[in-house]
Amino acid sequence: MKVYFKRAFDDILANVFLTAITVGTIALAILIACAFALFFVNAGHMLNAWEKGVRMMVYLKPHTSEAARLDTRYRLTRIDGVKKVVFVSRQEALARLKQQMPGRAGLLDDLRENPLPDAFEVTVVPGSQAEAVIELIARRISSLPGVDDVEYGKRWLRRFAQLINLFRLAGFAVGGLLFMAAVFIVANTVRLVLYSRREEIEIMRLVGATDRFIKIPFYLEGTILGAVGAVIGLAVLFAGYWTFVSRLQQELGDGAKLIGFFSPSVCLAIVAAGMLVGWLGCLISLKQFMKA
Amino acid sequence: MPPREDRENQALIRLFHVSKRYGAKAALSDITIDFEKGEFAFITGPSGAGKTTLLKLLYLGEALTEGQILVDGMNLARINRRTVPMLRRKFGIVFQDYKLIASMTVFRNIALVLEAQGKRPRLVAKKVRSLLRNVGMEDRENALPPSLSGGEQQRVAIARAMAGEPRIILADEPTGSLDPEAADAIFELLKDFHARGGTVIIATHDRSLIRKAAHRVVHLKQGRCVAIEGN
Ligand SMILES: Nc1ncnc2c1ncn2[C@@H]1O[C@H](COP(=O)(O)OP(=O)(O)OP(=O)(O)O)[C@@H](O)[C@H]1O
Ligand SMILES: [Mg+2]
Repeated sequence: MKVYFKRAFDDILANVFLTAITVGTIALAILIACAFALFFVNAGHMLNAWEKGVRMMVYLKPHTSEAARLDTRYRLTRIDGVKKVVFVSRQEALARLKQQMPGRAGLLDDLRENPLPDAFEVTVVPGSQAEAVIELIARRISSLPGVDDVEYGKRWLRRFAQLINLFRLAGFAVGGLLFMAAVFIVANTVRLVLYSRREEIEIMRLVGATDRFIKIPFYLEGTILGAVGAVIGLAVLFAGYWTFVSRLQQELGDGAKLIGFFSPSVCLAIVAAGMLVGWLGCLISLKQFMKA
Repeated sequence: MPPREDRENQALIRLFHVSKRYGAKAALSDITIDFEKGEFAFITGPSGAGKTTLLKLLYLGEALTEGQILVDGMNLARINRRTVPMLRRKFGIVFQDYKLIASMTVFRNIALVLEAQGKRPRLVAKKVRSLLRNVGMEDRENALPPSLSGGEQQRVAIARAMAGEPRIILADEPTGSLDPEAADAIFELLKDFHARGGTVIIATHDRSLIRKAAHRVVHLKQGRCVAIEGN
């Protein structure tokens, strides 16, 4: 085995140009595919986080009595999936609004009457994250007596989810295409290597080398180059991710920390995918070449 | 002379009505010869007579067109891809054009044969050095073949042919580019191999080489076997 590794490494060093092309191809393919994947993973995480604790504003009808309000509050807490109910009085709501738009505070001061209704801020943790479940809860709340309207970012949420799913589908397609493209480019590079060494391969055969003996170093070479390419692709992606997140952190604060990178085990899987690309590339060109 | 039956049993290589055509051109026509185990034989004849072609047929460097060849019990017509390497390991071949791998050092060229047979690296290094010593090339082990003279390449080729401990050595003009002294030294190596029980088949038109050994000589001319001298 040591002998095979030695031959593989000698070969890598002897064909610097082809080696660089192969590694570069694999690195680029991994980079693009993983950039996609990283985006989806994070988008998915965010979606999950939002869906996990949907906040709804439950606006009460005007002039609701204290007793009716308490009754509504009680009913709200009885609904399946409702985790937390906080009363937000109309005065409080106005104060919040003023705080949120400090420049326009004077504008609000001019109001003779507070136009905002009393409301409950309800945190819903649905048993399932399905859109339909959230909607059902919202509908049940809005049918309670004393409730005027329920508001949550549902339409926006649904659009976002649809968009993500569409992108995810496109991502799989693009990832698959990239994978195949990488395999074929590697196969072509290996074919060039084989072609440049056809005399050497022929001589090996003449002195009694088996096909296996001739092929193994090429497979090793392909797999090693695949791993190196994947590591480089991941490293570049990580560098990009890091600059992005630290920029974002300056603008958004700690919220940016929510954007994560691949876990170590996923990184390993990606490197394994790179190795698979290298190996498959070799398989294809060796199959063709050795038959000839 | 032993009875015919015995002789047949001893034949290591048998050619039976063998012909080889390259396209329309006949390189060999209707050759029937046996080479016995432990034989030291010459194949001779003018340039283009088919000497190299005959050797090529034996190790399946070329496929024969007609006839049958048996090598050490293997029928070449029935050999499949997987067993070709096994056939070739029976031979140590000195090619007319040496066929050394230009990108590998002299040492690696010879080591390759042993590695292909699965020998341990430590053993390989020892064996390669001793083979190079035998042909007087021990101080050129790190040289690349193209930087060697023709004679030096020929000596490396002979060292390589002997590396795999073959049963048969096929040597195509093994002294072609050597001065008489170096040629003698190489010839001694081949005789050593023969003395240890090996079978040697040499293709050459070097008459002085043939005269040095009283063995069987197969004369080819235009692809036909025109005479067989010796026993
Ligand atoms: N690959 C080939 N394709 C076509 N014709 C070939 C091929 N190899 C050999 N020949 C022809 O077959 C004939 C025998 O060639 P071969 O090489 O066996 O001769 P040889 O006896 O070894 O000659 P030399 O002494 O010059 O080496 C020649 O006429 C040659 O032109
Ligand atoms: Mg010849």
